[in-house]
Amino acid sequence: MMASFLGTQINPKRFHPSQIKFYLFLIPVGLFMILPVFYVVGQAFKPLSELFLFPPRFIVSNPTLDNFARLFRTASGTGVPMTRYLFNSLIITTLTIVLTLIITLATGYALSKKKFRLKKTIFQINQTALMFVATAVAIPRYLVVTGLGLTNSFAAHIIPYLAMPVGLFLVKQFIDQVPDELIEAAKIDGANDWHILTKIIGPLVKPALATVAILSFQMIWNTTESSNIYVIDETKKTFAFYMSTLTNSTAGPAGAGIAAAAGLVMFLPNLAIFIIMQGNVMDTMSHSGIK
Amino acid sequence: MNPTSLVGKLAASKPGKALRTRLENVNKDKLSTTLLLAPYVLLFTLFIVVPVAAAIGLSFTYFNGIQAPEFARMFGLYNYVMILTQDEVFLRYVLPNTLKYAIITGPGGYVLSFLMAWMLSQIQSKPRKWLALALYTPSMLGGVLIGVIFRTLFSGDKSGYINAALINLGLVNTPIDFLQSGDYLMGIMLFVTLWSSMGIGFLSMLAGILNINKEMYEAAYIDGIKNRMQEIFYITIPSMKPQMLFGAVMAIVGAFNAGGIGVALSGSNPTPQYAGQLIVNHIDDYGFIRYEMGYAAALSVILLGVILLFSRVAYRLFGERD
Repeated sequence: MMASFLGTQINPKRFHPSQIKFYLFLIPVGLFMILPVFYVVGQAFKPLSELFLFPPRFIVSNPTLDNFARLFRTASGTGVPMTRYLFNSLIITTLTIVLTLIITLATGYALSKKKFRLKKTIFQINQTALMFVATAVAIPRYLVVTGLGLTNSFAAHIIPYLAMPVGLFLVKQFIDQVPDELIEAAKIDGANDWHILTKIIGPLVKPALATVAILSFQMIWNTTESSNIYVIDETKKTFAFYMSTLTNSTAGPAGAGIAAAAGLVMFLPNLAIFIIMQGNVMDTMSHSGIK
Repeated sequence: MNPTSLVGKLAASKPGKALRTRLENVNKDKLSTTLLLAPYVLLFTLFIVVPVAAAIGLSFTYFNGIQAPEFARMFGLYNYVMILTQDEVFLRYVLPNTLKYAIITGPGGYVLSFLMAWMLSQIQSKPRKWLALALYTPSMLGGVLIGVIFRTLFSGDKSGYINAALINLGLVNTPIDFLQSGDYLMGIMLFVTLWSSMGIGFLSMLAGILNINKEMYEAAYIDGIKNRMQEIFYITIPSMKPQMLFGAVMAIVGAFNAGGIGVALSGSNPTPQYAGQLIVNHIDDYGFIRYEMGYAAALSVILLGVILLFSRVAYRLFGERD
């Protein structure tokens, strides 16, 4: 009798023939979604002879690392080696993530557990800013970056991206789940905010921090905006930017091979981080609702 | 010592001292709270509030980026009047394109995300994890990589995969120049954006569906719900309104953020025959190519207004009534 409740089939523990129709739909869709990714992988490992092949073939017959070797030897038109862009991206991404996490955690804690007058207002404004589309105001943002004298510095890649409304929103919602008693008890034991943040809140909201790290990573690692607009000095630009120039200038199959190799270098860290932290992300998303 | 004087001393000093330390603690707490908030509030103000305010301010001016902004004619409304009456490209291509693109990829991508999340919730957790990863993958590729992939897939000569396949199947004789053609570019943009639309909003909705209390469903079936359709509309969606709203806001933002895709695919701004020209590209065209920043700012304000409008609809649908 109970099994006839269709609703009990949400998040099922066991396989049931009634699930087959979902698999029949989801598996082809899932494969279709990652098909272009397989395609990049294929392109990246193809030798020149296969890249020139007509008709083009999806599967690689003689995989080679040539494209990667050539990618790491390439340099931009201005003579800056590819490894320099990659190095810049690594430094910029790491710094941005670390700073974003610190700032977001501190603010999330204050908005969730402290009492002060503008608390509700700040949270409301941040919630409105969830729909902020940075590209819409690229010009005034550029004027602010210039006005602060950040142009042409590493800071221009980092500072404009540190305030992340989605990140703060998720972390604050997650901290709301931490019982107040825990913090009161710590205060009675003489803990100050620094201790509470690093010893209690920080460890408890790791899933939310992991999620923010992923979101911040995806934004910074993939963006070309700062390199295009804020930074002129070629030696300070990022790997994503270098990749966008690769596809603009190097036409033809040989260029496509290098671009695909660069694409994989871009994509694999993304994928690895997400797979490692998928559980944390789903945990965080349970508290992501807007009320 | 005189006992009464001791009592008097205690009475006089203890509450005073306690009060003073409490006041000190309150002040310390205030300082600490301020320090915790300061970096975010400062950065948020500088890079989100000020740009929006500046866009609104500049939209009433003539500003070429070099000379100081001048208050525009017609009580400052010159830019808006020009956009709405004289800008043929905006009225004939950009506005209809943007609305079409936003309506299909925003609400369309949203419904798609919900359906996928719902189906994923109906299967076991192990395969669900991998299928969810597959659906989420396109959204983490980023604009540059998406450009690389689809520019070679839809390449205009016969070495492009799509063209080669079409020729093999005998559907066309000569390769189609997909990305430089006014007829195909928008379609490809819509396809690519929908393909990559299952991002964080999708994950949020998936988590929301999985967290719904199973007893809700059992009770609903006892109360006479008959099929899955009713189950979705009477139980699932109402029980996860907060996640539905978060997903909706993310879908809207995603749709407008991905606006650069037409330029990434075709490799030029303006896009061929303005086929893929969206308001974001029009802003770049005026702001960074022609340096008419006042005009570009007015376009930005219109765009922000459209985003706000879409979000209002989402809040109306899923927000909790105040």
